[in-house]
Amino acid sequence: MNIKDVENLAELAKIDLTLNEKEQILKDMGGILEYIKTIEGVEIGEVKPKYSTYNIWREDKIEHRDFSKESIIKQFPDSQDNFLKVKKIL
Amino acid sequence: MIDLKNLTIEKVHEGLESKKFTCRELVQEYLKNIKEKNTELFAYIEVYDDVLNQADEAQKKFENSTATLLTGIPFAIKDNILFKDHKVSAGSKILENYTAVYDSTVVKELKNEGAILIGRTNMDEFAMGSSTETSAYGVSRNPYDISRVPGGSSGGSAVAIASDMALVSLGTETCGSVRQPSSFCGLVGLKPTYGAVSRNGVIAMGNSLDQVSPFGKNVRDVEIVFNALSKHDPMDSTSVTDEKRNHKKISSGATWKIGVPWHLFEKGVDPEVMNSFKESMEKLKNSGCGIVDIKLPYSKYSLEAYYIIMPAEVSTNLSRFDGMRYGFSEKGDNLAEVYKKSRGKGFGKEARRRILLGTYVLSHGYYDAYYNKATKIREKIKEETIEIFKNVDFIATPTTPTSAFKLGEKLDDPVAMYLCDIFAASANLVGTPAMAIPSGKDKNGLPLSIQFTAPYFHENLLFEIGKKFEGLRGDL
Repeated sequence: MNIKDVENLAELAKIDLTLNEKEQILKDMGGILEYIKTIEGVEIGEVKPKYSTYNIWREDKIEHRDFSKESIIKQFPDSQDNFLKVKKIL
Repeated sequence: MIDLKNLTIEKVHEGLESKKFTCRELVQEYLKNIKEKNTELFAYIEVYDDVLNQADEAQKKFENSTATLLTGIPFAIKDNILFKDHKVSAGSKILENYTAVYDSTVVKELKNEGAILIGRTNMDEFAMGSSTETSAYGVSRNPYDISRVPGGSSGGSAVAIASDMALVSLGTETCGSVRQPSSFCGLVGLKPTYGAVSRNGVIAMGNSLDQVSPFGKNVRDVEIVFNALSKHDPMDSTSVTDEKRNHKKISSGATWKIGVPWHLFEKGVDPEVMNSFKESMEKLKNSGCGIVDIKLPYSKYSLEAYYIIMPAEVSTNLSRFDGMRYGFSEKGDNLAEVYKKSRGKGFGKEARRRILLGTYVLSHGYYDAYYNKATKIREKIKEETIEIFKNVDFIATPTTPTSAFKLGEKLDDPVAMYLCDIFAASANLVGTPAMAIPSGKDKNGLPLSIQFTAPYFHENLLFEIGKKFEGLRGDL
């Protein structure tokens, strides 16, 4: 990994980093990747993960919830006429 | 004066029933203690301002005879558990000003029982850490030695109990975040079976690993809290339905077989921890338990696999914190800039590190080598654990390789910090229940701990062996 890789990851993850922070992360990543790389050498043969997960369905009906529209709007960093206000995209 | 040190849930219940003290008097005693100790130990980020009202409400339950064992019991809750109309920040700046708009299921259950929620406790940012030093709000300290860490990430919830600032508490576990601080602070900590306790309204870190987990001073208190919270919740789609929670195994008592994977801790364990563990095994053996040497070849890689799977889940999970709908938001010229600046300033070092690591292991070209491989190893660990439980009732290991370390000692070395949880990872990866129990003290007077793991939904067996072990160990 090099500093360009860190910049690319930060771009993908949408996190602003200073040069100093990037260098620190690059240094930390070296140690962490070296540690987790151990799994490369583990012989496991053919494994088909038996996912024990299954779909949970529920009826699409209106149920009472604790929260109100107002309580959610109150959390918005910026709002206008009860709508969430964000910077323009285009 | 109420003797807080020796209180248990049942003693409090008895005291409240027989009117030895009221809920308000009890809570006031804890608040006094908090006032004296919290500045130094920093268990709580915030003590709620409605605690006395909660106490008065609980008192009514005693007056109209609707009180349960948890009525009037003072709880501390970790800062990632939602309590409606109260702040919750997950120890992060990015949620500094966030107020919960609904109750998590666990809080709802506690409210129904009339438990008293004293405050929200300090934690590593987004539960990422093993020392409670990565919190955006300050570090918590170990009550046994304030130059040392209490462990983490649920450090505040551990300190609150170890220093009598609450009677019991809730933390959360993704990889040892309750068992490790239990070990460092001389407490009992239970990581329940994955899917036993609802995750609804708990700020997620690694969805396939997280569980709300109770702390207490003894096994019985933890058992009472677990029994109150362990139930199916339709609001959490990973919550296990009642019919799947079968307790097939019944207690075999004195003839229990305990498997010890000695090969996993030949190296890297402090000699004092090792001696204490061997002594504990000896005591169990003398009491009639069979101690069997077991081999878990894939579990050797559990922490490495964990440090791939968890960051992958983190990078996905934490993408919701974008400065748009709630929490900390930094102004920018366009949408992308708002995201980047809010996340850059809102997340601390460890959160950023794990988000980037997760992005890396999931990215094209590395996905197979890391994430896919780790998932397969996880499957192998699961297989070998299920297989071993055909022959033994429990797996035992030390809870942590060392006792509590010094503040700052591992903060700049992420891998050294990660290794604190070497014995914790497999229970989270597999989903089995595991419990940490104090086993003695080292030469510095710091607590040591032993961990038992049981098959899925056999928390009842953990409580049984835990109580038996408490008897064999005696008072500490």
